[in-house]
Amino acid sequence: MAHVSDLIASDIEQYLHVHQHKGLLRFITCGSVDDGKSTLIGRLLYESHMLFEDHMTALQADSRRWGTQGEEIDFALLVDGLAAEREQGITIDVAYRFFSTERRKFIVADTPGHEQYTRNMVTGASTADAAILMVDARKGILTQTRRHSYLVSLLGIRAIVVAVNKMDLVDYSEQVYRRIRDDYEAFARQIGVEAVTFIPVSAFKGDNIVSPSPHMDWYRGPTLMGYLETVEIDEDRMQAAPFRLPVQWVNRPNLDFRGYAGTLAGGVVRPGDRIRVQPSGKESTVARIVTRDGDLEQAVAGQSVTLTLADEIDISRGDMISAAREPAGTADQFETTLIWMHDEPLLPGRQYLLKLGARTVTASVTAIKYQVNVNTLEHTAAKKLELNAIGVCNISLDRPVAFDPYTDNRDTGGFILIDRLSNNTVAAGLIHFALRRSQNIHLQPVDINQEAHARLKGQRPCVLWFTGLSGAGKSTIANLVEKKLHAEGRHTYLLDGDNVRHGLNKDLGFTDADRVENIRRVGEVARLMVDAGLIVLTAFISPFRSERQMARELLNEGEFLEIFVDTPLEAAEARDPKGLYRKARRGELKNFTGIDSPYEAPEAPEVHVDTTRMTPEDAAELIVEHIRNAGYLAP
Amino acid sequence: MTLTHLQRLEAESIHIMREVAAEADNPVMLYSVGKDSAVMLHLAMKAFHPSVPPFPLLHVDTRWKFREMYAFRDRMVRELGLDLLVHINPDGVEKDINPFTHGSAIHTDIMKTEALKQALNHYGFDVAFGGARRDEEKSRAKERVFSFRTAQHRWDPKNQRPELWKLFNTRKLPGESIRVFPLSNWTELDIWQYIHLENIPIVPLYYAAMRPVVERNGTLIMVDDDRMPLNPGETPMLRSVRFRTLGCYPLTGAVESTADTLPAIIQEMLLTRTSERQGRVIDHDSAASMEKKKQEGYF
Repeated sequence: MAHVSDLIASDIEQYLHVHQHKGLLRFITCGSVDDGKSTLIGRLLYESHMLFEDHMTALQADSRRWGTQGEEIDFALLVDGLAAEREQGITIDVAYRFFSTERRKFIVADTPGHEQYTRNMVTGASTADAAILMVDARKGILTQTRRHSYLVSLLGIRAIVVAVNKMDLVDYSEQVYRRIRDDYEAFARQIGVEAVTFIPVSAFKGDNIVSPSPHMDWYRGPTLMGYLETVEIDEDRMQAAPFRLPVQWVNRPNLDFRGYAGTLAGGVVRPGDRIRVQPSGKESTVARIVTRDGDLEQAVAGQSVTLTLADEIDISRGDMISAAREPAGTADQFETTLIWMHDEPLLPGRQYLLKLGARTVTASVTAIKYQVNVNTLEHTAAKKLELNAIGVCNISLDRPVAFDPYTDNRDTGGFILIDRLSNNTVAAGLIHFALRRSQNIHLQPVDINQEAHARLKGQRPCVLWFTGLSGAGKSTIANLVEKKLHAEGRHTYLLDGDNVRHGLNKDLGFTDADRVENIRRVGEVARLMVDAGLIVLTAFISPFRSERQMARELLNEGEFLEIFVDTPLEAAEARDPKGLYRKARRGELKNFTGIDSPYEAPEAPEVHVDTTRMTPEDAAELIVEHIRNAGYLAP
Repeated sequence: MTLTHLQRLEAESIHIMREVAAEADNPVMLYSVGKDSAVMLHLAMKAFHPSVPPFPLLHVDTRWKFREMYAFRDRMVRELGLDLLVHINPDGVEKDINPFTHGSAIHTDIMKTEALKQALNHYGFDVAFGGARRDEEKSRAKERVFSFRTAQHRWDPKNQRPELWKLFNTRKLPGESIRVFPLSNWTELDIWQYIHLENIPIVPLYYAAMRPVVERNGTLIMVDDDRMPLNPGETPMLRSVRFRTLGCYPLTGAVESTADTLPAIIQEMLLTRTSERQGRVIDHDSAASMEKKKQEGYF
């Protein structure tokens, strides 16, 4: 197989010695099926002799069955893994391939090139040291070449090589190559990409892949393999960055040992180094670098180690240990680039989980400043981000985190967003900088708190959150409940959807994004009123589970009671007290819940009212009894 | 200072294991006693030193492993001071499922795939480490390091979470579980070199020795105990053989070899143009068979 050199047969010990000291380079290949990307990877595997006999047999059989190269071996089939993909003839995911030479081991992220697979390419690029951009010599620089260039530079890849492929089909013409190079350089300057290497190749025929092509003596640069064997590895470069260790796991085998385990995200660390723990800001000195093979004198970026400190200070998972002289920033509001990776769009105001290093916090997007058109690089206004959209957004976290700008450090400046209900990874994010206001706004402590307000009123404040379709009877029932409570001398306030939209929220419409913001504001107002000691009733359709969950989490445990006013769509539509369903059916009202916008029913409401089986009066009585039995009305 | 490829692979695997230890509710490490398991266990010992790994080992046993594998397994667990759980599918024992009467497909399905699901359900493990590598087979190349399984243990290749940088999203709903592959980016050569460099103990069956074998359909099968029925006229012959992979002895082909040291094994592997899984009888179906097995819950 690999490394067919005489050394294997003659001196295996020496061979092993050589191969134990080689480095590791990760790279990504960008291009579409037509550019010969898969063929190139197949060719690299073939040239480095990574193919076994049974692979070759399978490949020959596959080539006859699926191939597009007639009787010749179709290298592309080596890398199109899943059965579904072979049938469709496209690559739909990220596949990782391995090969090695005497100088390096290589991990190739093979990702599809079409715009609808932007997220896959971003994923592959996030860990790559280098990128190979495939250009078909017959077609030159295309829209997708520009898109790929933008993405790999956005993700911080510094080593970019443009492989001008299919040179055999343009008679190995230097003129064609030069024109493509000049076109690309003009474009690269626009997006700030520097130091690009150009190599004319034929992946299919093998020109300039491993050995210099006999057909292109006008080209004197490196072969593709030569380039990959010598280009700088990103983690080596990161040793010059300030020391960073995101704490993954606290190691406490017994009372005498407390170690902080993690992978160095930057720099070098040695015993005796002064460190700062972030975000707490406490300082100490590194005592030992502990490994199972004995203590180390130093550890460098990329190594997974366990540190002990000279002082006992409180450190937990998610904290960052940094060089005391060059600490990371700490903040809770950032400007970022988000790459949206899920079918369900980003909605500003909705809460997501944000994972950065080993820290997971709650975050929401406070503003989408603009969306970037990945083909033209134009900035456009956006209210939400759809799958594969890239936008510059401000985000706000529920507590401060330690960070570096992404351009300084990919591991302490790159984060993911996770949907709290589906648990899907929905976005990749790159931190630009902290927003200054996040350092200047502090909570003002007050003396008269919620408990004092509530005591004076002799009640336990809470929110009765009515949710259900338009016309279900939310406002009617909530109004009856408030009248009953008022008659008992309770302090209440009813926030009604239609009324709030005439004032506080009159700037909002009915798009998904505006619905989220509508509920966020109502949730915040309800929270203030609960703080004032009131029993708050809210009557809003509030169709999304996420936002009802967000409102619930603004309050303390037990202060949020979800009341599901359950009416089948047919019944609500038959009632249609405001004539809205008829308008929606005629198409005069867009985004109407139940018609062309979804309603996500509660899964476990505190009170479930079935309006087909009880009158509004009975429903109100049921709700008052529920809160009485739960102790909210105790004197 | 430039880290070597083995140092980087080691660091990545340790990072993955610590992430699981920090975020999983009830993790377990699948231990199959083979060379990849040996490397995975060695990395776990490093990841949590001076603590022992904060999870037990689970061996899904089919009752048909080589005797030397059982002896080796028990020795490793004793020496390292680890917890070992052994699960054998009781339904399979009751029906006396075995590779001879029922064939490799049924034996593997009931004693491995079903048994694994049983064990994970029984102990309520939410994350299980496995030693699979992406270079082994095509569908593995596209599988994530953190590979999600539904409550029915099914894998959905079209619905995998993106894995960016060194960030892993480990969140899941109740009943769902994750298979985690810390050796995803290692190749067979990396594994052998690392075993050599780190002096990691492996089952002696990987080294050539005189062993009793019979030849069936071009495959050398070792007669490891007297449960193996011999065909008329078949007598075990002593041959110098070794194994490139280890599994159930009736399903694992031996190769003729005199390589009895690690460098000799690596040398032989490099000079032999046959890839690793050819010794495994279960992989000889169509190209999509592994993908299908994985969707059904095979590791």
